[in-house]
Amino acid sequence: MPVTTPNRRLTDPARPTVFSSARVIDPARGLDAPGAVLVAEGRIIAAGPEVLNQGTPDGWEIVDCAGKIVAPGLVDMRVFIGEPGHEHRETIASASRAAAAGGVTTMITMPDTDPVIDDPALVDFVMRRARDTARVRVHPMAALTRGLKGNETVEIGLLSEAGAVAFTDGRQSVSSALVMRRSLRYARDFGALIVHHVEEPTLAAAGVVTEGEFATRLGLAGIPREAEIIMLERDMRLVALTGGRYHAAQISTSDSVEIIRAAKARGLDVTAGVSVAHLTLNELDIGTYRSFLKLSPPLRAEEDRLAVVAGLADGTIDVVVSSHDPQDVEMKRHPFAEAGSGAIGLETLLPAAMRLVHNGDLDWLRLFAVLALNPARRLGLDVGTLSPGAPAALIVVDPNLAWVVVRSQLKSHSKNTPYEEARFEGRVVRTIVGGETVFEG
Amino acid sequence: MDTTEPAGGPDLPPGIFPQKHLLGIEGLSAGDINALLDRAEGEILVSRQVEKKKNVLRGRTQINLFFEASTRTQSSFEIAGKRLGADVMNMSVASSSVKKGETLIDTAQTLNAMRPDILVVRHHAAGAVHLLARKVSCSVINAGDGAHEHPTQALLDALTMRRHMGDISRLTIAICGDVLHSRVARSNIILLNTLGARVRVVGPSTLMPKGIERMGVSVHTSMRDGLKDADIVMMLRLQRERMAGSFVPSVREYFRYWGLDQEKLAFAKPEALVMHPGPMNRGVEIDPEVADGPQSLIAEQVEMGVAVRMAVLEALAEHLPNY
Repeated sequence: MPVTTPNRRLTDPARPTVFSSARVIDPARGLDAPGAVLVAEGRIIAAGPEVLNQGTPDGWEIVDCAGKIVAPGLVDMRVFIGEPGHEHRETIASASRAAAAGGVTTMITMPDTDPVIDDPALVDFVMRRARDTARVRVHPMAALTRGLKGNETVEIGLLSEAGAVAFTDGRQSVSSALVMRRSLRYARDFGALIVHHVEEPTLAAAGVVTEGEFATRLGLAGIPREAEIIMLERDMRLVALTGGRYHAAQISTSDSVEIIRAAKARGLDVTAGVSVAHLTLNELDIGTYRSFLKLSPPLRAEEDRLAVVAGLADGTIDVVVSSHDPQDVEMKRHPFAEAGSGAIGLETLLPAAMRLVHNGDLDWLRLFAVLALNPARRLGLDVGTLSPGAPAALIVVDPNLAWVVVRSQLKSHSKNTPYEEARFEGRVVRTIVGGETVFEG
Repeated sequence: MDTTEPAGGPDLPPGIFPQKHLLGIEGLSAGDINALLDRAEGEILVSRQVEKKKNVLRGRTQINLFFEASTRTQSSFEIAGKRLGADVMNMSVASSSVKKGETLIDTAQTLNAMRPDILVVRHHAAGAVHLLARKVSCSVINAGDGAHEHPTQALLDALTMRRHMGDISRLTIAICGDVLHSRVARSNIILLNTLGARVRVVGPSTLMPKGIERMGVSVHTSMRDGLKDADIVMMLRLQRERMAGSFVPSVREYFRYWGLDQEKLAFAKPEALVMHPGPMNRGVEIDPEVADGPQSLIAEQVEMGVAVRMAVLEALAEHLPNY
């Protein structure tokens, strides 16, 4: 395997840099103010309104941000990749290029590769490949059950030691309540987090869209919303029973928001994520069978979309993910029911989420909390903040730059975006990882 | 072409069909539908002559591309095309060859390169015909896509009703059985609503798609309620594979409560007529006595099928480039 040089060195990492004239947003400190960010030796030295009170230090490289936002880089908790096993869909390198262009400085990768990441040596493989080929930080989640088969719990202790940040069966639900119960209980001994795709598999089996009038009109088999609700309800009972640490990978219905709210009120160690697609699109966007909008869970009715937006704004939902899921073109050249589900999203995560700010649904602090700080904290990572000493993983964002998504210009190896020709307002103009600029646009 | 303006239809130039493809009933106006039915009346006469031949499709190539086996629809389209003078080719794509890796779009592009003028497509997946229509340059007719639409079936049903009952807007039609999996039901619901009829669906709740009432039907679980005062009783086929499992516990229970026999037919108007898109499961959804009885239009539906398909082919042919 030839060694590729991953990082274009647009800034000299050895040279300390000051990002001046910025609007500095750091949700960890509730900071949203004009100021500057100082970076040296791959770490944040200081960030805020008063850091240049003594003047710019001599010999520092100055990046004039001209009023643009400087914020912590995004931490994307749900990224499917194709390496190892399906490199034609996406490699760690191609995903990381898309991530850098989207302002995602930390990718959390899913274990459903070939082979499945269920062994410490494979965690090690992903981390080494990431170190050698990725422009952004990469942390793998390991499988929760061996081979994602839903039967035997993996070696949670050894895998954690190897670097797995959480345990999940990816796009699969663990249908056995017994296996889930034991996994939650056992993981608790290691303080490990279990991340679950909540969908009752027999109710979801044949379905491809949300059950209801829209599915009926298109003649497509529906999945009832209850498939998600029932699985989430079950999991809350099991978390209460075991005292486990639990994160619902993606929730998408109003009832799910209520369930998470109630579980948190009871003091359970529970968090929830939502994909940006479910925050910004509804089932009607599928139109006449657009297979790039075939997602799991399926896109919902507008009432559910509004409920998850509200749940995100009020703090019930903690994390927004891209659910980046590259599918090769072949899988999307089939009729809707037979097409693969999943859509890419690393490059459109922030622009799509910014729609919620421009619409007045979220403020900027909440936006970067759900995209950077909360996922980092939940996974025990020291990124997601501009606090002094944190790794220099940050982005410069032009919040008002208008642009249109052109599929062919996306960096991801697969081009199955649900936002083709979408108009966005706001874009990352510079991404810095470890003090180095890894993307500039 | 008959130039009488159909009742209730908009002022379209008669005979000009507004679309390049016929992908569904959805999107057609009452005027479009009536114009096709009027045209089909003329085609019935052609089919009843000794010389059953017109030359409007002479030199044209029609390919019947069937991804799902069908004897009657395929032969109906074949006869319709031939009576209009087209060269008709039947292509049955076994699902195994699709599994070999060729996608629907590959197949479409291969066929497109052979320069057909009209593609008639049946596919087991909803939306497949729309997908294909976007990738080819010829006209496409949907001959049934999954549980989505089967527009020529709804048109032939409407033609049959109109010839026996007159104005469709005055009719009450009960569509009975497996509505969940039925493209025939969906196309009929849309067409009959467009023409102003009252439409009911009748069957066990496990075979009713969620939200069906929002397509403009009333939903009934008992044949007694659903058939009361109905002018037309339209039975749907219940596929045998639906009978095992949780949709319907057994054939005998299904027939007992939803199978159309003389006793249940008596709930409808005395002069009510019975329809079925075929192929029938005698003794499952319909009693042979009713299927072959005096109130049955089932055989006539087949004849109307050829006429309607001729009308659709002819209407689309008017869009074909003339070189």
